Amino acid sequence: MQDSLKSSSYQQLEQKSKYTNIFLRWFLYFILILFASYFIFPLYVMVVTSLKTMEEIRQGTLLSWPSGLNLESWAVAWGGRGYGAGDTFLRPYFWNSIKMVVPAVFFSTFIGAMTGYVLTKWRFKGDQWVFLFLLFGCFIPFQAILLPMARTLGVLGISNSVVGLVLVHTVYGIPFTTLFFRNYYISVPTELVKAARIDGAGFFKIFFKILLPISAPIIVVTVIWQFTQIWNDFLFGSTFSFGEAAPIQVALNNMVLSSTSVKEYNVDMASAIIAGIPTLIVYVLAGKYFIRGLTSGAVKG
Amino acid sequence: MFKWLEKNLPKIVMAPAVGLIGWFVYGFVLWTLYISFTNSKILPKYELWGFGQYEKLWASRKWLIAVDNLLIFTALFLIFCVVIGIILAIFLDQKIRAEGLLRTIYLYPMALSFIVTGTAWKWILNPTLGIQKMFRDWGFENFTFDWLVDREMAIYTIVIAGVWQSAGFVMALFLAGLRSVEDEIVKAAKIDGASLFTVYWKILLPMMRPVFFTSFVILVHISIKSYDLIVALTQGGPGISTTMPALYMTQTAFHKSQVGLSAASAMMMFMAVAAVIIPYLYSELRRENAR
Repeated sequence: MQDSLKSSSYQQLEQKSKYTNIFLRWFLYFILILFASYFIFPLYVMVVTSLKTMEEIRQGTLLSWPSGLNLESWAVAWGGRGYGAGDTFLRPYFWNSIKMVVPAVFFSTFIGAMTGYVLTKWRFKGDQWVFLFLLFGCFIPFQAILLPMARTLGVLGISNSVVGLVLVHTVYGIPFTTLFFRNYYISVPTELVKAARIDGAGFFKIFFKILLPISAPIIVVTVIWQFTQIWNDFLFGSTFSFGEAAPIQVALNNMVLSSTSVKEYNVDMASAIIAGIPTLIVYVLAGKYFIRGLTSGAVKG
Repeated sequence: MFKWLEKNLPKIVMAPAVGLIGWFVYGFVLWTLYISFTNSKILPKYELWGFGQYEKLWASRKWLIAVDNLLIFTALFLIFCVVIGIILAIFLDQKIRAEGLLRTIYLYPMALSFIVTGTAWKWILNPTLGIQKMFRDWGFENFTFDWLVDREMAIYTIVIAGVWQSAGFVMALFLAGLRSVEDEIVKAAKIDGASLFTVYWKILLPMMRPVFFTSFVILVHISIKSYDLIVALTQGGPGISTTMPALYMTQTAFHKSQVGLSAASAMMMFMAVAAVIIPYLYSELRRENAR
């Protein structure tokens, strides 16, 4: 008798905690979804706004659904209206950004791989200090180098050009790429390299035969990181280029600010999506690597 | 000759990186430091002028506003990013369905530039057609949300957009931290009768001290450097009410052509970052050596 009483009260207790658990679970999902909608809200607004006509925008609200798939503002954002002066659109600047990103990512990744390789597998006295010396470059506020850089680019004759921006992005990417490769190679057993050296393999042979084949993950992390940083850069782009050589972020900002007559929010939003879509695609396809770069080397905004 | 080359090959391969960083980072910072001690206007002058630019800087109302804004922004940005980041990380850590999807949603703003997101927020926050209109159309006739054009409140719109962009990142840091803790510790505590709340509050969060530290450093660093977001959202306006140091620096140099003064403001930013970063690098290096 007593036993059964005990067990039933125990059951009751268990039942109760089950209900609180279910309640907590719902609460958990509620909060998570609430935040998810906060994060998704601007993207949603951008997309629907870009599909509306200005008339619809004035009549509806931020959230209201567009009447149809109206791609006109996208066409205007990408290719302009077709009249001459004063017609700004993104197409040429999009290609500027591509021309800037590809070489800058390649050079900075290559230099970082080499430096990381030396710092971990060909260690020398004081290499810790060299690493620290390079690492500090990740953190400097770029305002502290803007003025000399502007002057230097002028002296070299590459101010206001894509070439100049490639140089700038390559140089200031090196600390990050070095950090990535150094931290990756440090976990590769040095015995492998030692054995190869005894077999007579040289510096480059060891790199290309032993390290490069296992470097795919870190190359992906580095390339994604550099691509995102350089594509999204505004400070260097706006300081060292204007007019025709500007990268897309600068062009986007100019477009949004330079509305002389009526503000066309649908075109603005389409432009913003166009400027954001390359990095967004990379993020969706390779988010894992993006996050890895972010958490291991994220110091930039 | 060949022998020498072979022996020094690693160092030769490293030379470009060291040389480039030596010149373009350290050399340029010293160069900027030098300019800040001269009376340079449009073109650099190289006669020393002492601390005049720094005196001018700290007497400038615009700079003081910029510093003030930076302090407000940094404090709020830190608090909101860390609180939201921790809540999301802990909640996501409860064996949630669709965790991957939610994580992707929380973090995607980090993949976008501040110009892109700033453009979006500017549209959302604008009083005539944005949120304010949305609520009024819904029947809240007196709803007012015009911070973007309000001198006193505009700085908080930058906080809203900044937190939105970076909170997911803090979430990722904390989630990685929580996942690296041994399951045994949590299990042992639960067997001892500790509630889930106690486990997090008394055991796991205190273990996250390095993550707090890292988030702090990175967020402060982001906020000192914030530039793009302000350009896209307010251009420092209305008036000069949302000026921040990074914006002050470029405006002074490239619009007002006061190169010396601008260099002085750049050096102040540099020192602020150094004050946060040097202890951080020092402790990171010590931790690594201790391993």
